[in-house]
Parts: sequence; C-alpha cells; structure tokens
Amino acid sequence: MFSVDHKVIGRQYLDLALVAVFTGMVLSWLMRFHLGWPDTPIPGLGKIAPGGAAGGVMTPEYYLALMTMHGTIMVFFVLTTAPFAGFGNFLLPIQVGAEDMAFPRINMMSFWVTLVAFLVLVAAFFVGDQPPLSGWTAYAPLSAVGKDAGPGQGWGQTLWAISIGIFCIAQLLGSLNFIATTLDLRTRGMSLARMPMATWAWFITAVIALVAFAVLMPACILLILDRVAGTSFFIPGGLVISDQLQPHTGGSPLLWQHLFWFFGHPEVYVAILPGFGIVSQILPVFARKPLLGPKVFIACLAAIAFLSYTVWGHHMFLSGMNPFSATLFSVPTLVITIPAAIVTLLWIGTIYGARLRFTSASLFALGFVSVFVSGGISGFFLAQPSTDIYLHGTYFVVAHFHFVMGVAAMFGIFAGTYFWFPKMFGRMMSETLGKWHFWLTFIGVYCIFMPMHYLGLAGNVRRYSAFTDDYLQPLIPLHRFITIAALVTGAAQLIFLYNLIRSRLRGPQAPDNPWEATTLEWSTSSPPPHDNFGGRRPVVTQGPNEYAVAGPGGRDYIMQAESR
Amino acid sequence: MGRLFAVVVTAIALVSVTLFALHTWWLPPDISTHGGRIDSQLNETMIVAGILFVAAQLALGVFVWRFGERGGTRATWPVRIFPGGATPMVVIATVLVGIEILVLTLVGSKVWASVYQSPPPPGALQIDVLAEQFAFYFRYAGADGKFGVIHPEKMSDADQNFFGLDPATDTTARDDIVVATLVVPANQPVALRLHAKDVNHSFYVREARIQQDFVPGMVIPLHFTATTPGRYELVCTQLCGLGHYNMRAYVEVKSPAEFGQWLKAQQPAF
Amino acid sequence: MTTALAPPPPAPPAVPVATGLGRPASSRVAETGVWIGIGAISMTFAALTSALVVRASDAPDWHHLHLPALLYINTLVLLGSSLTLETGRRHPGRAPLALSLTTILGGLFVMGQVIAWRQLMTQEIGGPSSAFFYVLTALHAAHVLGGMSGLVYVRHRMRAGVVSFVPYNAASLYWHFMAVLWLYLLTLLTLRG
Ligand code: HEM
Ligand SMILES: [Cu+2]
Ligand SMILES: [Cu+2]
Repeated sequence: MFSVDHKVIGRQYLDLALVAVFTGMVLSWLMRFHLGWPDTPIPGLGKIAPGGAAGGVMTPEYYLALMTMHGTIMVFFVLTTAPFAGFGNFLLPIQVGAEDMAFPRINMMSFWVTLVAFLVLVAAFFVGDQPPLSGWTAYAPLSAVGKDAGPGQGWGQTLWAISIGIFCIAQLLGSLNFIATTLDLRTRGMSLARMPMATWAWFITAVIALVAFAVLMPACILLILDRVAGTSFFIPGGLVISDQLQPHTGGSPLLWQHLFWFFGHPEVYVAILPGFGIVSQILPVFARKPLLGPKVFIACLAAIAFLSYTVWGHHMFLSGMNPFSATLFSVPTLVITIPAAIVTLLWIGTIYGARLRFTSASLFALGFVSVFVSGGISGFFLAQPSTDIYLHGTYFVVAHFHFVMGVAAMFGIFAGTYFWFPKMFGRMMSETLGKWHFWLTFIGVYCIFMPMHYLGLAGNVRRYSAFTDDYLQPLIPLHRFITIAALVTGAAQLIFLYNLIRSRLRGPQAPDNPWEATTLEWSTSSPPPHDNFGGRRPVVTQGPNEYAVAGPGGRDYIMQAESR
Repeated sequence: MGRLFAVVVTAIALVSVTLFALHTWWLPPDISTHGGRIDSQLNETMIVAGILFVAAQLALGVFVWRFGERGGTRATWPVRIFPGGATPMVVIATVLVGIEILVLTLVGSKVWASVYQSPPPPGALQIDVLAEQFAFYFRYAGADGKFGVIHPEKMSDADQNFFGLDPATDTTARDDIVVATLVVPANQPVALRLHAKDVNHSFYVREARIQQDFVPGMVIPLHFTATTPGRYELVCTQLCGLGHYNMRAYVEVKSPAEFGQWLKAQQPAF
Repeated sequence: MTTALAPPPPAPPAVPVATGLGRPASSRVAETGVWIGIGAISMTFAALTSALVVRASDAPDWHHLHLPALLYINTLVLLGSSLTLETGRRHPGRAPLALSLTTILGGLFVMGQVIAWRQLMTQEIGGPSSAFFYVLTALHAAHVLGGMSGLVYVRHRMRAGVVSFVPYNAASLYWHFMAVLWLYLLTLLTLRG
C-alpha cells in the first residue's frame, strides 16, 4: 500500500481518479435529471440526502452543492490526477529510462496527501449544515463570509477550501518530482530531443502546475482565514447579509478572482496538455508513421505554457475589473489559439498518408482531435470581450469548457488507458467492448454538449437549479434531450468499468509490445519489474518517432533502445 | 471502421452547423443601440468559426476514410509524409488564425469600448441599481435630481429601506424613488451605477446585449440605450446563493412620454 | 481491427545502473529538487506580495505596522545560522557541529518569531496589515521548520558514515534561500506593511 514505487503510485492515482470520475458523473446525472424534470422525485435520493432532497426532489441549494462538488471533483480529482499525476507517474520514469522518480518518498507523500484532500472534500458532503455551493470557482465574498450568506456557507465551504489547499501541496510535491526526474534521471542517450512526446507534455505540464498551484495554495489560506479568523482579505466593508452588517472592512473580492484565475487558466492546460502528449504519442503508433513536426509540437507546448499565464483576465471581462485590461487580456487569449491550431493540424497531417490501424486507443485519440477542435472553436466567441458580453454566464460557456477540457481530456484518459493497460497490468483489454464504448461515448458527448451552445445563444443562464421564468420555459425540451443523452452516455461508461475490471482479472496475457511501439516502456516486460528494466538501464540510440523505417527483423519501426 | 468514423464525424459536423445556420435556437432580437454591432461581430465570428470547424472535422474524416485500414487486413500501401512537412501547417495556422485575430480584435474592441470604456453620453438618465440576495432594486433621484447617500448600516429588508437611506437627516434622500422594476425611456441613454449589498451578482438583459457583474465594495458604472418599448427580463448571472436561479426583475422600456407619466406617478420612498 | 502482435523484441542492450548517467544520479538531483522548490516557494510569496499590494492600495483601513524590534534580532540569528552552515561546508571536519548549531539557531529564530507575534497581538487590534504580517511570517517559519528537519536528516546521514557533501550542499542552498526570503519579507513589511 505505502509503496514508493512510481508504478504503484501511478496506479493508485488512476484508481482514485476512477472513483472520483464515477462520483462526479453520478452527480451530473442527478443535476441533469433535475434540470429536465424538476418536480419528479429521484428514487432513493430522499434517503441519501434527507436534508437536501426530501422525498427525492432536490432543493435549489442541493442542486448548487451537487454542481460545486461535480466541478471540483472533475477538475481537481479527475483531470489533474488521471492524465497528469496518474499516467505521468507510471510512465514518465520508464519513458526516460529511470528506475524511479527522483524523490520516491516525496512522490508517495504526494499521492497520500491527494487522498486526504479528496476525503476532506467528500466529508464536506456530510457535515452538519450543507455541502458547499459556491461553485468550483468559489468566488468571494459568497465563499468567504460564512453562515450568514445562507446554507452551504458553514463548515462545508471551509472544508472545500481546506481540501483544495491540501490538494495544492500534493500537486506541488508531484510536479517537483516530474521536473527533477526529467531533468536529471534520463538514461544514457536520452537527450531532450529524443524524449517521447508524452514525456515532454508531462514535463511542461509539471512546470505549469508548479507555478499555478503555488499561487492557489496561499489564496486558499487567505480564504480560510477570512472564514475562520475574521480577517478581511476578500471581504469589503459595508456588506449587509440577511440584514446583518458584516464586521469586515476593506477587502477586495476581485483579488480572489485574480488569484483564482491566475491559477485557473493554467489549470485547464494542466488538464489538457497531458492529453496532447498522449495523443501525439498514440497517433504515430497506429498511423505507422512519425508524428508530423515533433519539434514544432514541443515548441507549441512551450508557447502554450508561457501564454497560459498571461490570459487569466479573459474570465473577468465583466467582473468589474478595469475595462481597458479586457482588451489587453483578449489579445494573448486569441494568440494562444495559434499554437493550439498548429498542434491540431499536425495531428491531422500525421494521419495523411498513414496506414491507420483502428483500436480503442486510436479511436479515442482520433475522437480527441475532433472534440478538441469543437471545444477550441467556441473559444473564439468567449475570447472577445464584445461577444462575451452576451455569452458570459450562459450555457455557451458550459459547452465550451466541457468540450475543450472535460471531454477532450477524458478522451485522452480513455486513449491512454486502452493503450497502456497491457503495460500496467500485463493483460489486454477487450477491444470489442472498447469500441462499443468509443462509439457510444463519441456520439453521446456531442448529443450532450453541442446543444448547450444553442442554449447559450438563446440566453440560457448557467448555474440555475431550475428554469422558472417565462423566457427559459421553451428551452426545456432541449434540456430533456440533453438529460437523456447524458444518462445514455453515462450508462456507456459502465461498459468501460466492466471492461477494466474484467480485463484486470481475466484479460488475455499481454506481450511486451502489443502495439509495435518504439518508446522505452515497450522494451521492458508487461508489467515492468520493480526497477523497470531488471537491474539494467537501457541505452537510447534514437528518437521516439522511428516508424515507417526498415527496422530489424523486417519490422517497420525501430525501438528507442535498439541499434539500427 | 475508418469509413464509419468519417461518416459519423461528417454527420456530426453537418448537423451541428445546420442547427446554428438555421437559427433554430438563437438570440432574441436586439433592442439596444449598441447591440447590432455585437450581433454582427457574433455573426462574423460564427461564419469564420463555422468554416474552420467544418474544414477541420471534414479533413479529419476524409483522411481517416482514405488512410484507414479496411476489414482487418494490414495495409500495404506506401506511407507518405504530408507534402511540405510541418511547415505548411505552421503557415496555415499562423496566417489564417492570425488574420482572424487581427480583424476580430480591431472590430470587436470598438464595440466593447463604446459600452465599457466610454462615459455615458451627456444627459443620460441616472439610475442606481442595488442587487441583493435575491432581488434587484432601482432608484431614481426624484424631483431634486440628487441621490441620497447610502448608509449600509441602515439597509434593511424588514423596513423596506433597500438602499440604506437616511431621510431623517439627509434631505436629498427624501424624494428618492425606489422601485423593483427598471423602467427606462426608449431612445434615451441611461447610466446605471451598480451596487452590491452582500455578494457578487450580475446584471444581464439578453435583449439589450448587456451584462455586468455587481461587486461588493465597488460602484460599477454601466450605460446603454434601449430602442424598442416592451418588457424584458433582467436576470442574475453570477452565482449568489440558493435563490440565484430565481433572482430576476423586469426592464420596461416605455416611450419618453409614457415614461414621464410613469415617473410622475411614483411616490417617493419616504 | 485485429492487432497483429509483434514478435517479442530482442532484449534491449543495457548497461549497469551506476553508469546510467555521466555521474551518479543522486549527485545532481537533490540540488535540482531544491532549485525547483525555491521556484515554487518564490511563486507563493510573489502571489502573497501582489495580494498585499492590491489589498493595501487605497484601502481606508490600512494602517502601517510598527514591527517589533525583536524581529531585527531574529534576523541576525537567521543570518548567523547561514554563516555557521557555510563554515561547515568550508571545513568538512566541522560539518556535523555546524549542522547542529545551525539547527539550534533555526529553532531560536522560530521561537523569536513566535514571541514577536505575541508582542504584536497585544499591541495591534488585527488590521489587514497585521493579518498579512502573520500570514507571511508564519508561512516563512513553516518553511524554516521544514529546512530544520532537512538539516537533522543530513546530520543523521553523516552520523551513519555517509561522507557525501551532496545533501549538505542541497540543504545549505535551501537554508540560504530561507535567509534571503526573510530579508525580502522584512523589507516588504517595513516598506509596505
Ligand atoms: C458525464 C458527463 C457530464 C455531464 C452530463 C456534465 C454536466 C454538467 C452540468 C449539468 C453542470 C452544471 C452547469 C450549470 O448549472 O452551470 C456541469 C458543471 C461543470 N462540469 Fe460537468 N458534466 C459532465 C462531465 C464533466 C467533466 C468530465 C468535467 C471535467 C472538466 C466537468 C466539469 C465541470 C465543471 C468545472 C463545471 C462547473 C461547475 C461550476 O459551475 O462550479 N464536467 N456539468
Ligand atoms: Cu482561461
Ligand atoms: Cu445570482
């Protein structure tokens, strides 16, 4: 259990993410059901949450609590833990030819601290008053003033802030390991230029995460102090809540927003860049040809990492910050679409002239490209202050971020799972079930999230627990369609779960290199021995992109640790 | 499998853009002087984004169709590199997206500036807006043209003193008019000042193409001109607590004559 | 559809672990880790600095803080501890002694900070500037405590007979950074606090 082996830690992270993602998904079902049929009781819910959903019909505050938990769990405990901490931990040391991470004990701590953060968050569900309901962004002063502001502003919100603060520490420890390992533990011959694309992505993600979480952590401390110690970092004077004049002066609500989004925007890249790397590594394997422009790809990652720190204000165009800075923030936001567009074209160009093989992994990688395009395009609308005036705060935003970071990152996780499962567990997953999973999920996510753009254009506001006004009533049928699509797509995830469990127990034995790939993890056994390469370290003789070449034994590829 | 993928991706792309293009679900008609420019900015973005979206999805579909293995046999055709390698990709993305950015920023920032970076036109009607959990209140200056001073400690829902006025000592406050519906004259600029009493809220009128957060501790100016008489919804778009979904008021746009009558008929708050 | 399985690849040519890199991995990695940590810690304090500047700008309730004089003595103690650590590096024979001395001085520094907090608490009625004072100094003290446990660990390794200065150098890098960070915080609190 308390292993310092990076492979065990990586699997622990992935298991945690699996628990978290199903929790988050069930929460989204409840939300979606309520939005489609607000007055129909949900069987059993009344028993689980007698306070929040007496008789199975949830209260507005319970809806918001589910939404807050859903967003927080998904962003922090799924999209940060699985693609970055989970796959990165398992694979990064092997891909650079190391025996383990640079600081195995710190690495182990990173996981257990993450688990504590998760348990603290889950505890917020069960504390005396209500679970927190300020959304995953926890805007102050709602999140800071405490009980007077209504249900969910007591212990629940404090636990939320504590959980996120702890989570930051865990990810700082993890990122430190990723960076040090990549810099110092590469095996002989593994120059930076020969590193696999996924390793590059995890490395750059770690740099982003190090800076981002180092900022969110003190912000959480200040928030907690405002809540429990009576300070006024984020709470201005003269607030009257429930007819009570609040005993605070001089704090700045916008300060929280600036700190949060300085973290928050880079965080969405923490969620998606590992997917970039995973796809860039998987596509060439199944296209049987090298990635188009690997150096360009790395340069784009670096550009995105740098730009990600300059764009946070695009979440705050209408927040009351200086309107001149809106234009300033809009420019880098639009500029960041250039490297993203280049990367997309590189993937599409890689498929050109390929001998494309279809497996669950490659299908999800192709699906990733499609959904990433869909999500990226809607960014054009939100990046311009002028069009954001209308679209901000509507379902258009929900559609955008679900495609670009939610679904795209999930597709990256799925692709990575189907691809590396044989290496992790020494057994193959069922391809038939995997393909069913892909088709249902691919069509399903479009049915769920594409219509949300239409809702947004029609002016449907987000974070509403019910649509009571005359204006939104005509949109209810579209909401019902989305709900049904969400339930069906969710059910399709059970196929994935079943496939995971069954293959882990009874899948056919996996060979060392089932996909005919080049990177180092495929030249050791499946699963790899404790020290990864059995007492020896590989010597790398070429880059990761040697496909469509005359390899030894008539193969069309050369592995990184092979000589020509 | 490749053909199936191509067909599905193409179908998704075409159905999606068709529903956009048909305006099956679309913005309500604009009723403001600046909204037309926002709408045309949105339309322009929609066209460019639509083209890029379809082009990318189709390219993906076509390549997967063309270069995918069929029916379980290993492909034997020669592998080819994209003509020109990565360079055309960089050039295409940089030039296309770059031009798009330039145009959008140059045009779009003007609309933005006209609403958010310029003072209200002289002679604009001053109205104070107060947002609280979970209602909006509006204040007109009354006969003296002056607003009474806001005293947070005097704010009270129980006494219906939403703005925290002090009519006992503050003479300018006595004739202030406080109402729960925002009534504005058509074709006359209105200048709002947004006050938040407790937490963040937001001011969103779809038809007027206007949205702005309320931030506690700040007084945020906002101005617009409505053109078409009618009754429109004003909703809160910033999460403010359990009643957020139900936090709404109405904007009534009246002809200037009707507006004058309406204003005359209002009783001062005290 | 079906995946043709490749023949198992020939065993990769491999070399013994010790020569995996030009020099043994551990010689560099501890110091690299400290540098990365310094980056993250700097970012945390940079965030708090910008928070302080934003919060202090035209806030009616901001009162300049009169720092307790004890802080200057604490400063001397911390700088002194950096010196003792450096002496140990120059004179390897005295390294264990230097480590112990530095740890003790570090402990004195933290104790001094705690006393300074007490003094401030009796004077001040908790304005925003003192709130920042508590947050900044407490976070710094926590990092100093972390550094002290590092020193104890290095001392322990020396006792176990490991004659490597690699961890010693990494620990002193961190410790000197703590001193620099404290000087920065003191300046910030004096000028803007
Ligand atoms: C199973 C598919 C999913 C469905 C049906 C779904 C549905 C929803 C719904 C209904 C909301 C509330 C929207 C609102 O009222 O504003 C929401 C919010 C959110 N979702 Fe999802 N979601 C799904 C997956 C994901 C994933 C994979 C992520 C990971 C990024 C994610 C992240 C979020 C976030 C960050 C929010 C915002 C929460 C907030 O407003 O504070 N969701 N989702
Ligand atoms: Cu962002
Ligand atoms: Cu609200």
